[in-house]
Parts: sequence; C-alpha cells; structure tokens
Amino acid sequence: MDAPQWVVEMKGIVKTFPGVLANDNITFQLRRGEIHALLGENGAGKTTLMNVLYGLYRPDKGEIRVNGKPVSFSSPHDAIALRIGMIHQHFMLVQAMDVLENIVLGLKSNKVVVDKVSAAKRISELSGTYGMKVDPHSYIWQLSVGEQQRVEILKAVYREAEILILDEPTAVLTPSETKDLFRILHKMKEEGKSIVYISHKLDEVMEISDRISVLRQGRAVSDIPKTETSKLELARMMVGRDVVFRLSKSSTKTGQPILEVSEVYALNDMKANALNKVSFLVREGEILGVAGVSGNGQRELADIIMGIRKVTSGRVTICGVDVTNDSPRARAELGVGFIPEDRVGVGLVMRLPILNNAIMKRYRDFSRGPLLDYHAASEYAARIIKEFDVKTPDMHYPTKTLSGGNLQKLILARELAMGPCLLVASQPTRGLDVGATEEIRSKLLEERSSGRGVLLISEDLDEILSLSDRIAVLFEGEIMGIVEAENARLEDIGMMMAGSKRMGA
Amino acid sequence: MTVRMATPLIYGTIGETFTERAGVLNLGIEGMMLMGASVGFLVGYQSGSLWLGMGAAVLTGVLLGLIMAFLTVSVGAQQHVAGLGLTIACSGLSFYIYRVWVSDVGGVAPHMRPFTTIPIPYLSQIPILGDVLFNQYALVYIGLILVPISAFILFRTRFGLSLRAVGENPDAAATAGINVFQTRYVCLVVAGVLSAVGGAWLSLAEAGMFLPGLTQGRGWVCIALVVFANWSPMKVLAGAVLFGGIDALQLSLQGVGWNIPYQLFLMLPYVLTILVLIAVSRRARAPAALLLSYKRED
Amino acid sequence: MEKRLLPSQRLSIAAPVVSTLVALLISAIPIYGGGVNPLIGYAELLHGALGDKLALTETFVMFAPLLLCGLSVALAFTCKFWNIGAEGQLYCGALFASFFAVYATSVPSFIAIPVMLVVGFLGGAGWAIIPAILKVKLKVDDVVTTLLGNWVMTYAVAAILFGPWKDPVTGWPESPVISSTTKFPILIPGSRFHLGIVLALLVAVAFYVIIRKTKLGFELLGIGGSQTASYPAGINVSRDFIFAAFLSGGIAGLAGVGQLAGILFHMTTDISPGFGYTGVVIAMVGGLSPIGVVLASLLMAIVVQGTQAMHRATGVPWALAETIQGIILLCLLVGVFFTKYRLRRGA
Repeated sequence: MDAPQWVVEMKGIVKTFPGVLANDNITFQLRRGEIHALLGENGAGKTTLMNVLYGLYRPDKGEIRVNGKPVSFSSPHDAIALRIGMIHQHFMLVQAMDVLENIVLGLKSNKVVVDKVSAAKRISELSGTYGMKVDPHSYIWQLSVGEQQRVEILKAVYREAEILILDEPTAVLTPSETKDLFRILHKMKEEGKSIVYISHKLDEVMEISDRISVLRQGRAVSDIPKTETSKLELARMMVGRDVVFRLSKSSTKTGQPILEVSEVYALNDMKANALNKVSFLVREGEILGVAGVSGNGQRELADIIMGIRKVTSGRVTICGVDVTNDSPRARAELGVGFIPEDRVGVGLVMRLPILNNAIMKRYRDFSRGPLLDYHAASEYAARIIKEFDVKTPDMHYPTKTLSGGNLQKLILARELAMGPCLLVASQPTRGLDVGATEEIRSKLLEERSSGRGVLLISEDLDEILSLSDRIAVLFEGEIMGIVEAENARLEDIGMMMAGSKRMGA
Repeated sequence: MTVRMATPLIYGTIGETFTERAGVLNLGIEGMMLMGASVGFLVGYQSGSLWLGMGAAVLTGVLLGLIMAFLTVSVGAQQHVAGLGLTIACSGLSFYIYRVWVSDVGGVAPHMRPFTTIPIPYLSQIPILGDVLFNQYALVYIGLILVPISAFILFRTRFGLSLRAVGENPDAAATAGINVFQTRYVCLVVAGVLSAVGGAWLSLAEAGMFLPGLTQGRGWVCIALVVFANWSPMKVLAGAVLFGGIDALQLSLQGVGWNIPYQLFLMLPYVLTILVLIAVSRRARAPAALLLSYKRED
Repeated sequence: MEKRLLPSQRLSIAAPVVSTLVALLISAIPIYGGGVNPLIGYAELLHGALGDKLALTETFVMFAPLLLCGLSVALAFTCKFWNIGAEGQLYCGALFASFFAVYATSVPSFIAIPVMLVVGFLGGAGWAIIPAILKVKLKVDDVVTTLLGNWVMTYAVAAILFGPWKDPVTGWPESPVISSTTKFPILIPGSRFHLGIVLALLVAVAFYVIIRKTKLGFELLGIGGSQTASYPAGINVSRDFIFAAFLSGGIAGLAGVGQLAGILFHMTTDISPGFGYTGVVIAMVGGLSPIGVVLASLLMAIVVQGTQAMHRATGVPWALAETIQGIILLCLLVGVFFTKYRLRRGA
C-alpha cells in the first residue's frame, strides 16, 4: 500500500491552541478523484485539520505528504503552489473590491501591474467550464451569498487547484443552491479533482461523498466508504452515543399575543430593503420559528424587535404596548429577553468580568441613587450563574475566558433570570456542541411551558422543526407563509425558503 | 506660494494614506515630521549640503517608521496610543538634539540658505500658471509627481491590491498568502520617510532654520486630510492645495494690518479642517480594518 | 509566542514599573549625547524632585495639574472617547475662570473660590462636549477633532490676550491679576503648596467612586468594552458618552483653574506646558485605574520637576522631559504586550 494511491496523506497530526487540543494524532488519507467527507460536530477539529493542510496553521507534530512527497507548509502560498485550494466557511473575500481583484489577490507573478484584461478573460472561461455564472467586475457586496461562494471556488480553480477543500459550504445556501453546488462538485470530480467536504450535516454527506472520515473531539474515529455505513451509524460515531433526533414537546395552551409585528418595512446596513410588509404574531405559551437561509432579513427582523434598528413603516407591539422605534431600554422594561445572533459582538462585553455581563440587564435594580450595590449584584450573579450551569472558576474573570457553550449559557442566564414575557432567540445553538445545544433547546421549551412567548429565528431547519409550534418562512425580507408545525411538509418549507412558493398564514 | 505650503501636506498625507489603506492609523506623523526637520537641518547645517540633510531625514524616517511598525504591527499596541507616544517622544527629542547641537556651536540661532528654485525651461514662461507650477523647488516637483504615482501603485499594481486587501480584510489577505505584517511594515516605513522629508522641507527649504513648533501641527492636519480625500491619492492633492492655500491666505492677511489679532488667522486652517471633517464624515468610507490590530494564529 | 489565557496579575503590576525603568535606561542615551553623565543627570533629577522641602513641594505643585489631566483622559478613555484635547479644555477652563476671578474682588473667598471652580469646570466641560457630540451625531473622528481643538483654543486665548485683554500696565499678553479673594491659600508655609493640590486628590477619590461604585461607572465600562453590546442591553450610549466628555473636560478645566489660582495668578498664553498631552501618557501608564493614574502622575511630576532641576544643574536641555515621557509610554506599550503573551520556546 503505497504513496501514489493517496493524493494527500496526513499522519499523526497534533495541533494545540491555548487550553485546547484541537487535533489529537489524526490520520487522514485522500484518494485521487474522490469526494471525501470530513464529518463531525462543531469543535471536532475538522476545520483545524484542513487549515493545517492549507498551510494556515503549522502542526505541532505529524507528517503531511502530497502525491507521495513529504511537505511542510509555512503559509497558504506553499499549499497553493501544490495545487491545494480551500473554500472557507466564512468567506475570505474583500467586500469593497470586485470579483476580479479578489480572484487575482495574492497571485505570484513577475509583473508589477495587474493585467486586468487577460484575467477577466480567464475568469469567464473558467466560470463557463464549471457552469458558474459570475461577472468579473461586480463588487462582492453586490453579490448574493451563493454567488460569493462561487467566487471562492473560482479563486481555487484559477490557481489550478487539483485538491479542493470545502468547509461547511452549504451552511449559507438554499436547497436549490445546494443542488447547484453538488452539480459543480460532480463536474470537478469528472475532471479528476479530489475534494474534501467538511460538514456536520448527515444527509448531505450521505448524498455527495464517496468516503467519509468521522472526527470526534479532535480524534479520527473512522474512515469508511459511504456504501458501507448508514446515517445512524455515522451519527453514533460523531457523538459517541445514540442521538435523540427529536425532543419531546408537550402541548400547551396558547394565550394572548405577546408580540405583534404589523406590516413592517425596514432597511439593512446598505440602505436596501431588508424587510417587506412583514406581519406575524407570537402568543403566550408558543414558539414561533422563523425559518430561512441566513441573509434573508433575519438579522434585521431581530434588530427591529429589539429596538436597535428603526423601521421605515409598520408597527411593533409588545405586551400590548406600541414600542415601534423605541429604545432597547423600553423593551427591557417590558420584559423582553434577547439572545442575539452575534454572541461576542452584541451579546456580551468580552473584556469585562463575567459578573458585569451577568447583571447587565438588571443592574439598575441594584442601585440606590447613583450608586451601584456591587455586593447585592454579586450575590444575584452568583445565583444565576449556578442556576444556568455556566462553568467558570471565578465570576471576576474576564468573560472572554468562557467557552462558546458557556458564553451562550451566560446570555441565557442574564436574559431568562428576569422572567421575560417574550424571548427572542436568534441562532441560539449555532456553533455549539451537541451537549450545549440540547441544554439550550430544552431551556427554550421550558420557557414555552411556563407560558412565555418565544420567537425562534434559526437557519437550522431541524431545530425549527423540532421546537416550533408554528413556522414562518422568511425569504428576501418577506414572510412566504406561516404554517402549523405538525402538519408542515418539508418540501413546502423548502420551496418557501427558496422563494418559489407562498402559503396562506 | 500655495503649492509650496501644500508640499509638506502632500508628503505627509500620501504617506498616511498608504498606512491607513493598509489598516494602520499613524498618529506618529507629527513626530516624524519634527524629527525629519530637526535631523535634516542639523546634518545639512553641519555638512553644508542640503541634500545630505535630506538624506539624513530619509534615514530618520526609516527608523521611525520601523519603530511605529514594531509597536503597532508586531506588538499589537493600540494604534492611537502608540502614535501619540511616538509623537510626544519625537517632539521632545527633535528639539533636544537641536539644542544640544546649538549649544555646541554656540550663540546665534543658525540659519541656512534654503533650496533654490529650479525653473523648467519654456514651461515656466507661461504666464501665471508657469510660475506656479514650473518655477518651483525640486522637492515640490517630486511631491507633485508623487501623487499620480501613488494612485497608480495603489490601484493598478499587485502590491497596491495586496495593500488594500490588508486594510479591508486582513484575514482574507492572509489566506490569499499575503504577508500582512510585511505589508504594514513597508507602508509605515514609507510613511516615515515621506513625513520626515515633509518635515525636512520645512526646515531646509521654507524656513532655513529649525525651531520648536515648526510644523504648527501640520501632521495632524494630514490625518484630517486623509479623511477629506476619502483615502484616495488624487483627492489628497486637491485637499493639500486647498489647505496650503488657506495657510498662504492667512499669512498674507496678517500683513494687511487689520485691527484683528493675528492669532485668529492662525486658527483658520484648524477650524476649517474641523468643518471639512464634519462635512465629509458622513460619506467617508474608511478601510474596513483600520485600527484593528491583526494577530496571526500560528 | 502564545497568548495567555488570563493576563497575568503579577506582570500587570510589574509592567509599568519595569517599562519605566527601561525607559529611563533608554533615555540615558540622549543625556549622554548631551555631554552629561547619565548617573549624575539622574541624581540631579531625583534631588531636584525629592531632595529637600522646596523640591518636594514643587513636585507636588507639578503633580496637581498632571493628576487632573490624567484623570480627565482616563475617564474619557474608559468609554473610548479618545480625548486628546485635555490641553485645550484646560485652557478653556482657565480662561473662563479668569473672566470671573479678575473681577471678583468684592466677593468673599468662601464663595469666590467655589464659584471659580464651577466656572472653570464648565468651561472645560463645554469645550469637550463639542467633539463628543460631533462623534455621536455625525461620526466625526474624536482623535482629530479634540487634537485640532487644542490649537484652536490656544490661539483663541492668545487672540484675546494680545487683543482686548492685554494687561494695560505691563503690555504683556496676560490678563490682569486675579482678585486676591480667588487665590488659593498656601497650605505649607514657605512653599507654593496650595489648596489646588488637595482638591486634585479629592477629584481622584471622586474618580474612584464614579468608576467603581456608581451606575454611570458601570455603564461607561460597558460602553468602553463594547458599544454594540451595551446598547441592546439598554444603556443609553449617546447620553453617557457625552456626559463622560462633559466630566472629562471639566476635570481638565479644573487643572487650568489650579494653575491660574494656585501659581500664576493671571491668565497667560502658556498656562500649561503640555499637561494635557502628558495626561494621555499618564492615563495609559496608569492603566486607566484610579490608583494607577495617581502613581503615574506622581512619576511624571518627578520626571518633569526633576528634569528642570537637571537642566539648571547640568545644562541638559529641558526638552528631555517630553522625550522621557514619550519613551515611557512606548516602553509601557511593549510591556503590556508581555502581560498578554508568553514567549514559547522552539516550534
């Protein structure tokens, strides 16, 4: 069994970061012309391993061979020289520049001046070959997410990549865009390219891949052809235990409307329309799930409900009070809890002690006049930290010392401890491991059973399906339809998410 | 005269445009100008050669640029503070070394014969415009050419592309294989040289001497000019000429003999800079990664 | 090189100290270049700052405005208002205070002094909120506006003092002498140690209380840590930012009042040799903390006072003081880096 069979071989790779062993003695082998899936939960070490292969990280230990020859990368330049290309989960594109400039960026050449004419020609040729239509002169910020991804792929192809690494490529695509992507990947496989496909989505992996390697907590658990395994087995390997796919949901009585959004229009940061005539309501004791691929107005929707963005017309009513365009303070006083999509930027002040973040919503209750009673506040903080199981040795430590799951639990503690009547949760389990995800989902269900109203905005369709009572689908800022979760058909929801169907509310 | 007054602004602002386009705010520019002025003058005076003085200023600029780069890029210090610290240190040091030398030489404040103009044949004969544009000092010519060259470098070359990417999205640039640290170092050294030369211009060409406060805060005006020019070299020229013009106006108004304290005129450029900033800040598009220090995960 | 999980406590205290020592070492080079033995130079510095009663009281006289400027900038920096304009705010405060003080001859001291303090505070505060409002409403960069504002204010003061308010008696650009009822009493006979010094310390205490014990302090810490997280939590970022600027400018204005009523007794064009800028250095070296700022101010006072003495004794140019300040700040920045990162061997 020797080298030429494997186009990439990684042996005994070890990579650590402060406090974390990301890759623990991993072996990974890629055959020529295959699509090889790298499967694992968030944090299993998949991206880290591929970043090592791409030259972004240097491994602490281990050996890498490309086409049989041992290699050592000090930067992506080296990897690119060996025909390895990587398309990251978070696109590495410069928004302010155009497609051509982004593709040409960093290319080694003897010429001082950028030859835009021949580059444009080559880009058009390549995009034709693989069926990816893209205008070399449009700016990145003008492109849709799917189109931006195609630019990323073109970048790799332009550099004559033979080995392509895709990191969670469908996280931001609609079902139809995903189909397009798979078509492109098949074409590339026909052309003899070898592809590594990183994902945590079992269905996709079963559909697209030839072989599957499963990573769990930094270790390689198995390397197996698709035909010799099943979804259930893969799930077990990913998690190490049997996974419950659906949470049990009790039926509750729904009450008065807690949140009413009527005919709301709003703009996004680029001053374009983000929300168009959006109307829905959330009642006490129910979870309304807002489904949709990210980038269709979810962020703006959460913003206007929380009061950090103004509506251009329409009304937002909470607990019967018209709060349209009022400040976030007004919401807090009415008892609205908010779990933001951007944990680190919007949810928490990372530099400050955990204590400060824990009391951020209620510090006014601990004040006498202008003074703040830190003693009483600390007691409160300690209590809720314990209650919500936020693991930390000392609440005076800076918040940035917490892990992802604990950050989210801290936010939950802060928001839920004040017993809000309405909870707005935006992508609450994104990036969290299975354990934390289960904890947070059950907390959301608890809120529902206590008679609170929950607005759940999530890109994770499984999550929406398992938690919601009713489902609204958001596409390009419009509500395409609102359906009862029990009777919902997956195809209908998929089509609404892709904008090709509307259903009555 | 407007163009002469605009010259140090051109040098300083172009340098600053480069560094900000790469994502670094260089508040050390005022200090670099002062050091350039001081060292340039001292070397020029001692050696009797103006160009040698200029050369010394260039070297000073390189050194200061490296220090600034070390602080902001390698150490990752807060850019505002690093720049201020450098300016404070240079401000003191520039006058310090001047004083040490002058006390050595003894007595009267030294003067130098400044640069002379180099008229370009034929072109300088054109009425009015000829005198303004083509009967100038060598450094002014260099400064004027610098503008289109900078624009070319920034927008048409590979280096410029990499530089802009570093300032907009350093992670993307790094993934593309660009060495973010190196790019920023280069920009800061260039800015150091340009600022130092701009400062040396003041002491070697304008005044023919050095005194504290020679720069009159022009370094800070450069910072504002970068915003005014929306980070684009061609517009820098317009801005520098505008402010150079106001400066020149203010000087000539002083001679008019109105019964107004001349300090009000001195104030004018600064007030106008602030007003311009206000007007421009709405639509200004700064490089996205400006002020964020970039850490390489290794 | 690897990032520490938790910034080391011990090093956080050691860093400013070590940085200062390193800075003094580096500063020995220009001293030597000036033809003076650095050891002798530093000895003169220490003697001139701490050597006898006169030196000590003079150091404290220098300490007061430095402390106030340091506190002013530290307060502003806490919520990320980059106030480089303490110098201008100092001048503005002194100017307005002098308007009152010169003509308050018939007002008794126990009323005149507090009123003068309030007027000075409001003067500095008023000047400071302009760049703050511009930042909040129009997103104009505060570094540049506060900085340029210094030049505008100092020229404005000069214009007034060379013009309508020139001293009719001497012809110098300075205001008439302030009323004796507004002069700060001397607290240590035989020296210039005046009431203003004690007032400065009181302001330091107030700073401590504000940051550590009040709602406002909590909110400012939040805003300084992350505006995008503070606003959704219900903090009124704009209002707090402008109020912080108000307080910051006011404190700097008090520094101006101190110089006016404690030492100079009339408004002049150089009421401050750059205290506002030193305030920035002090705030950073002091880590924006109350105790840190007090200690850093003391250090700077020693440096400034001492270099004056060194200048008189050895002829080393006084510009050294500014140089040393800058070098201390730069060394501190490097020092702070080491509290956050650890040098790792090999790999």
